Amino acid sequence: MSPKTLYDKIWDAHVAHEAEDGTSLLYIDRHLVHEVTSPQAFEGLRMAGRKVRAPEKTIAVPDHNVPTTPDRVNGIDNPESRIQVEALDKNAKEFGVHYYPVSDVRQGIVHIVGPEQGWTLPGMTVVCGDSHTATHGAFGALAHGIGTSEVEHVLATQTLIQKKSKNMKVEITGKLRPGVTAKDITLSVIGETGTAGGTGYVIEYCGEAIRDLSMEGRMTVCNMAIEGGARAGLIAPDETTFTYIKGRPHAPKGAQWEAALTWWKTLFSDDDAHWDKVITIKGEDIAPVVTWGTSPEDVLPITAKVPAPEDFKGGKVDAAKRSLDYMGLKPGQPLTEIEIDTVFIGSCTNGRIEDLRAAAEILKGKKIKDGMRAMVVPGSGLVRAQAEEEGLADIFKEAGFEWRMAGCSMCLAMNPDQLSEGERCASTSNRNFEGRQGYKGRTHLVSPAMAAAAAVTGHLTDVREMM
Amino acid sequence: MYCAPSDKEEPMEKFTKLTGTAAPMPLVNIDTDMIIPKVFLKSIQRTGFGKNLFDEMRYNRDGSEIPDFVLNKPQYRDAEILVAGDNFGCGSSREHAPWALKDFGIKCVISTSFADIFYNNCFKNGILPIVLPQEDVDKLMDDAERGANAKLTIDLENQTIQGPDGGTITFEVDAFKKHCLMEGLDDIGLTMAKEASIDSFEAKAAQERPWV
Repeated sequence: MSPKTLYDKIWDAHVAHEAEDGTSLLYIDRHLVHEVTSPQAFEGLRMAGRKVRAPEKTIAVPDHNVPTTPDRVNGIDNPESRIQVEALDKNAKEFGVHYYPVSDVRQGIVHIVGPEQGWTLPGMTVVCGDSHTATHGAFGALAHGIGTSEVEHVLATQTLIQKKSKNMKVEITGKLRPGVTAKDITLSVIGETGTAGGTGYVIEYCGEAIRDLSMEGRMTVCNMAIEGGARAGLIAPDETTFTYIKGRPHAPKGAQWEAALTWWKTLFSDDDAHWDKVITIKGEDIAPVVTWGTSPEDVLPITAKVPAPEDFKGGKVDAAKRSLDYMGLKPGQPLTEIEIDTVFIGSCTNGRIEDLRAAAEILKGKKIKDGMRAMVVPGSGLVRAQAEEEGLADIFKEAGFEWRMAGCSMCLAMNPDQLSEGERCASTSNRNFEGRQGYKGRTHLVSPAMAAAAAVTGHLTDVREMM
Repeated sequence: MYCAPSDKEEPMEKFTKLTGTAAPMPLVNIDTDMIIPKVFLKSIQRTGFGKNLFDEMRYNRDGSEIPDFVLNKPQYRDAEILVAGDNFGCGSSREHAPWALKDFGIKCVISTSFADIFYNNCFKNGILPIVLPQEDVDKLMDDAERGANAKLTIDLENQTIQGPDGGTITFEVDAFKKHCLMEGLDDIGLTMAKEASIDSFEAKAAQERPWV
């Protein structure tokens, strides 16, 4: 048999039908659903008199719109948000899919709930009407975002019409230096490839620095594969993966666990598999990074200075001009001199327990700068509970952080957690687009430890100076 | 060949040939948050997003129009084609982005590259995204700068773009996607016709991977 990549193997195991031109029906093992991109899809089913083909493989949770204040159990004030969440309540019930409502302690961001509950397993195909579905690739699952028409298609048929992507290998060799995290890896890769560098590809991340990451860190890396333009990001499963999965509510048990493990251990790229593109970065060369602009590719080490538009080529010159103007920055300004008004720790990129531990480690015994608005939004109710048990919540609260309920929150600001005009935020989320965190709000993407450091000093800070 | 009638709330409009004004948007990395900001994602409908297309670029906070924005200029208010910078539609998977374009009246977007999910979403909504080399996009961007005096004709069947000066550019498009667009076909109907393949795959997978 010809050698295969991990992507090739998962793809081949899921083709239900292939036409002569390669257009395939890819079978979907897990369909995750949230309230923003699903109402039109369920309505479409209803209009056509269709059912959900595999409700047992469909998992719904409200996350984008939900407020993160404790009074949310009394209902959502914003009428449109309330209607969307209520529509999901109704659709989940009517079509009989698994559901974690706002009142359930397991509720949280769909990409955190899926792995936490053991729904995401190696070798699966996982889709969701959300671009950050790439997160699940950390388990060696082929996971990607889809639009609402495709959500309806998967609900109705449990398949997607797809053509195969190309294979890209991103290798991070060696060890990371102290203060450098999974977030710095994934941002550095995008800084290298650009936001369109992965278009048309599925990326497999590999190398010693990736192997050394926990599952939480691997999810952070794969989460932002989409920001590099890739359809999906993957990491081959190993003992770290199996240990994380074992014992989770929906993970296989007993003989099925053994059978699953046997297959999962075959899920790796063969030595002489073909790669259409290869990127290699030395782990030692990665520094703690921040974004300065309005595209996730606008990445620089924290020790650098704000670039000038002339540093770029082609259409990026005008884009950089626009970004600097939007961000209120001047070329040559040291990044560490950029003052911050708000710190947001959370999101499907960095809302897991390890992220909260890393931030709390920096904050222990310290206070946030006077006038700083700082909030922690755990990725799920269970992450929140665990952080309380570990004493992390107390560290955040004593430092001056708001300790919120789980949801997407200020990552995309569809709920009341938003930046005001001109407000500048150090954020552990994934997008620094114009207006992403609020109208005319300014976002600098950073790791949880870097966000915590900025909360203390009041400006973007090299976390290594606080370790 | 795949064939089935459309069965959405409204059948998808067929895309065959389009002659229209092209609006130039040379900015690179136009993301889906720019195309339709999240405050407008709270609707549970597929329609009505056109008035908020490019909302933050198009309107001041008080709702007044920003006159410099291309789609506010008299010659582009009825544009049906966008010629855009690299990596158009990056970011979120929100299908509200093509819904907003469509609702405004944009039926074709031309760029050097598109983000994957956005690209697929376009075809589901009767919008044709066309990928061309930089020099062709530069040429069409120049044509677009001339506004309504320089209409483009997109011929999907022959895969050509005819410029105002008679020059013709050819483009590539996936044969299956082209067929669906030209016939206004709905994917779900097409896939339902292959239910037997899905059934047999599901039975086989249940044997091989019973834990799924």
